[in-house]
Amino acid sequence: MKNDEIERIEVELLVDALHRRYGYDFRHYARASLRRRLRHALAKSGYKRLSELLDALLWDENVAHTLIANLSVTVTEMFRDPSFYQAVRKKILPYLGTYPFFKVWVAGCATGEEVYSLAILLYEEGLYERAKLFATDFNETALKQAKDGIYPLKDMRQHTSSYQKAGGQGSFSDYYHADYQSAIINPALKTNITFANHNLATDGIFSDVQLIFCRNVLIYFDRVLQNWVLNNFTQSLGNGGFLCLGNKESLDALERRGEYAAIDAVERIYQKRPATGPLQTSTPGPKSAGWPA
Amino acid sequence: MNFLESSNRWSDGYAAVVIGASAGGTAPLSAILQALPANYSLPVIVVQHLHPQQEGPAIFYKSKCCQINLKEAAEKEALLAGWVYFAPPNYHLLVEDDRSFALSVDPKVNYSRPSIDVLFESASEVYGALLVGVVLSGANDDGANGLKAIQERGGLAVVQDPASAEMPYMPQAALAVVQADYTLLPEQIGALLCKIGEHARKV
Repeated sequence: MKNDEIERIEVELLVDALHRRYGYDFRHYARASLRRRLRHALAKSGYKRLSELLDALLWDENVAHTLIANLSVTVTEMFRDPSFYQAVRKKILPYLGTYPFFKVWVAGCATGEEVYSLAILLYEEGLYERAKLFATDFNETALKQAKDGIYPLKDMRQHTSSYQKAGGQGSFSDYYHADYQSAIINPALKTNITFANHNLATDGIFSDVQLIFCRNVLIYFDRVLQNWVLNNFTQSLGNGGFLCLGNKESLDALERRGEYAAIDAVERIYQKRPATGPLQTSTPGPKSAGWPA
Repeated sequence: MNFLESSNRWSDGYAAVVIGASAGGTAPLSAILQALPANYSLPVIVVQHLHPQQEGPAIFYKSKCCQINLKEAAEKEALLAGWVYFAPPNYHLLVEDDRSFALSVDPKVNYSRPSIDVLFESASEVYGALLVGVVLSGANDDGANGLKAIQERGGLAVVQDPASAEMPYMPQAALAVVQADYTLLPEQIGALLCKIGEHARKV
């Protein structure tokens, strides 16, 4: 048997162990990226083989939690894809402005750059006070960084440029204060944000949300999990609610695509149509017996 | 042509071609893609490093330079013969076991996203000895480890002759870690890939 094939067995054993021992479900993650990340985590761990890491994580929770944190390392930046944020400002916020109160879910918020970008947009459009933002991730380490809102000062030049391209109306430096090598997000932007641990692969829905951001998360999932997540989003969104995906993600191949209209096909902004016809029955989720293994 | 006679590895029966290009890579890449017929019998996958401000592979799509079809690779799209796929700007491009594409926004590799190594390594895990890797002009060493991975699995390693490259550093970096099967001028690489196409492995 070739080494690549042996490694594939190790990957599946490890995924199974993380699920059965710790409840973290990577079974429906697309494998090419997962393998790369596992190899990267293995190199950091000091073990030689994934099977040695498997042995260690089964018996040592600390090893497992370090691995889980490393597996979901995501790279994000403030106002990534400025034209997308322009579209949010022009096409979504005027609609949200008609609500006295609305909820937003940033799903897979990682280290928080995106939720703060959105918070700035809402603030500049005079909508922040009416918004309740939920920012969720399953990576506790990333979530803590998001809550702290402290970023390397050296990144701020890039972020400022993106902010301006995104149609920023103020001075970006008003939204953080510089402290040695760090930029600390203005606490006023945090008041209406709730950071919470939530795993898209296993956890449930939020209710009556008007806007969901889930950008560059679905690319890591297989079709089964993509469909499961879209099902949860569809149940979470109120009628007319918006779903924003990453630039290279689309609903085209997913089961519930028909319940959405693409209001900006380039920026991947979708709006849930008002319900028609019989109620959708939900497909079985990871916690129920019908979930494919 | 002499180089085709010097080694007949082009007849080994390959199933996919991956190409990495960086600074100075657009001209040799165009020359290679123009040589391929519309019904080329392997999928061709390209990672080209671009400056964030550059328009990107889109210039190829618009130019109608080639007989073969060109497109940006999409998430979960199946790889088909007769198509050249480009990695989207700012995403890594990978190949899954079922021979479909995956995208990722994982950290840059060799200061690059998309990274040539990421594509080459993931494609070599899937195609093994059936993969052809081509490294063209560039100013960093992305692609060297990827080409090594391809060769280690029995695939074919092709490098642009550094003397013909606008930026010889990348081909040189590849040649430093790989005993290339072919070191060629861009026109010769085009001819080689055509020959490989005539002997492609039907899968």
